[in-house]
Amino acid sequence: MDTLLAANSLAEYLHTNGVPVVGPLDDSTAMIVAAVVHVALVGAWFGLPAGLFIWAERKISGRIQDRLGPTRTGGKFGWLQSLADGIKLIQKEDLVPKDADGLMFRLAPYIVVVASFVGYIALPFSDGWAAMVLDVGLFLTLAVLSLEVLGVILAGYSSGSKWALFGAMREGAQMVSYEIPMAICALCPIVTAGTLNLNEVALLQSGGAWNWNVLHPFNFFAFFVYFTCATASCKRAPFDLAEAESELVAGFLTEYSGFRWSLFFLAEYASMFLVSGLAVVLFLGGWDDGFGIIVAIKKAFPDFLGTFIANVIGLKVFLIKSSILVCVQIWVRWTLPRLRIDQVMTTCLKYLIPISCFLFAGTVAYPLVLAKMSGQTSIIGPPAGERLVQPRSASATSRLEPNGTNPASVQVSAASSEGSQP
Amino acid sequence: MQPIDPNPFLIVGAVLFVCGVVCMTTKRNGIGVLMGVELVLNGANLNFITFSRCTPLGLDGQVFSLFVIVLAAAEAAVALAIALNFYNNHLTIDVDRGDELHG
Amino acid sequence: MNTTQLTLFWLFAALTCGGAIAVCVSQNVVRMAFSLVLTLGSTAVLFLLLGADFVGATQLLVYVGGTLVLIVFGVMLTATGPFTRIKSSAAGGILSGLIGIAFLFIVASTVTSVRWVDSDKGQGVASKIEFGTHSKAVASHFNPEQQGNTTRQLGLSFLSLRADRDLKFGIPPAPVEESNTAPVIPGESVAAAALPLNSNPKLSVGYLLPFEIVSVHLLVVLVGAAYLARTKRRTKS
Repeated sequence: MDTLLAANSLAEYLHTNGVPVVGPLDDSTAMIVAAVVHVALVGAWFGLPAGLFIWAERKISGRIQDRLGPTRTGGKFGWLQSLADGIKLIQKEDLVPKDADGLMFRLAPYIVVVASFVGYIALPFSDGWAAMVLDVGLFLTLAVLSLEVLGVILAGYSSGSKWALFGAMREGAQMVSYEIPMAICALCPIVTAGTLNLNEVALLQSGGAWNWNVLHPFNFFAFFVYFTCATASCKRAPFDLAEAESELVAGFLTEYSGFRWSLFFLAEYASMFLVSGLAVVLFLGGWDDGFGIIVAIKKAFPDFLGTFIANVIGLKVFLIKSSILVCVQIWVRWTLPRLRIDQVMTTCLKYLIPISCFLFAGTVAYPLVLAKMSGQTSIIGPPAGERLVQPRSASATSRLEPNGTNPASVQVSAASSEGSQP
Repeated sequence: MQPIDPNPFLIVGAVLFVCGVVCMTTKRNGIGVLMGVELVLNGANLNFITFSRCTPLGLDGQVFSLFVIVLAAAEAAVALAIALNFYNNHLTIDVDRGDELHG
Repeated sequence: MNTTQLTLFWLFAALTCGGAIAVCVSQNVVRMAFSLVLTLGSTAVLFLLLGADFVGATQLLVYVGGTLVLIVFGVMLTATGPFTRIKSSAAGGILSGLIGIAFLFIVASTVTSVRWVDSDKGQGVASKIEFGTHSKAVASHFNPEQQGNTTRQLGLSFLSLRADRDLKFGIPPAPVEESNTAPVIPGESVAAAALPLNSNPKLSVGYLLPFEIVSVHLLVVLVGAAYLARTKRRTKS
């Protein structure tokens, strides 16, 4: 009954120490306050990247096409362009076509927004700085991301327009197909780390760039496959078949206008940031700076303030890395032409899925082969198990034993060692 | 360890089950019947999870519900393929029209 | 359950039941599908509330993200016109509604008349979390084992290893004092959890074989569904 709001140090703090005026709060009040604070924080991170990256996209696309992009709104570089866009969109009339299924048509944008918003729930921005540090973090994030397609299909179907329906069908086929290689490639670093908890995955890569999963020979390729699939699952060009404006007017967005239309875009940019953040956590070391600075700060100042400052630096590192990946997505969008729908499906089903399966099998076999040959499960840096600051329990350490090729023997030995202690 | 009263969860499971059965029996749309099956399976799943939490059934309940979820997905795939075939032969998805073998 | 959890439970229980009833009542297939999304998603939240994180996430991924998309595709491929609806007769609907209510009454009264939880026997995979566990988790950088985190134990049980039963850090199905005195029944390892493993040579049974069977089954289903969906196109053209 407790997992939903459990990993919540704020609730705990409020419960034990209390707030200045009111005093210690009881369980449920503390949990509600903590939940509201976390939702507000995550909500800020949901809205902010959207505004920022819409502006960035306009500027970058302008520069790529030898234009200036926005220059007037809010100063020299058009800083306030996305705000102005937002105000313009909110003022527009909320149209529902006569032939549309009104209820579904109005609901669809909210499903999309909720799906990409809930995806942020387990994303760690810095060590322990996630709304919920879940043991099924990656799994839940992928699950929630897969809900987005439902909103898109509903939007297309309920619009009562053939352009919208075509766009939705394409989108459904594309997203459902690309989910498979994306999930398999996301599992490669999970196998390397031995946990689904995103916080632990990032923690295992901390301490230097040589620990990052992207330097693992199979994860290196998995990263690129993952990023391709992530771009496709965000409906970004060159995979934006769902809203291909030269063929389908605007795909499933054809009948939408004003605020509901902007919700789709909010969700698109938010999920761009989300999949980039996932890529950073899984492959690029999360909040690790690559030189061991953050780990050194934490070691030198293990008190609250030192840890806090290290976490803030980690947060910035994480945001910079994710933003770079988002900029790569923008760059790709404005330089590559759109694929045809059959090319998109061929890319996924004939190439990406076999490649990702091969990479997954390779990631599983790699440490076993290495352990047989050299007695150590990684070439660069210490094995993952030795990078832990504190081993979790007998199960966690024995799982990562270098020569523990047979999980059964490992588990039994762990059990017997536990059993021998009275 | 906080004790949990299983009864509210079991009643929700019962509602799911009964809705599923009613849906299966009343819907003439083939895909509607399929949705009824999904509801029934979900009611059973909820019971499994409740018992895994509240009784010494333990982890087995969660394992069973995982199997149920996976098999339900497989069942939905096959049933949809059958529904598509039915539609191609009858140009409708109304299950009452599939009465050629009715003497 | 504290107040927050109770509130969440009632909220999502209401959503679950409301969605299920809407599936029965609605005549439009796409609305039915949407109500089903609501029901299955809320059920996933109920799973999370019961401390089954992994099952809840699987429910979202497989059911809502996979099966329902498939169903919506089916709806679209079998629609003869925009927003088609196949109506059932009103009398039949009322009759089945009455029978359904009676049936629900029987099932619910049967279910509630049993005392499921024996307070002496302890609970199942109860996710034990109290205030204070999170700071410990942050200090050690990891979540505590008992926080609804059954992922590893589930994975091991699919490999036929019952960490929850055979190892000491698993959750004992029975209290320690009781099972120390209880005789070890061959093949039945309830007592094994509290005892050191060496004194009980029998390991609990896992789920490796069912897991493999399900894997093969899924492959067969994949091939079969693809075959069924393809052949009809050939006969038509």
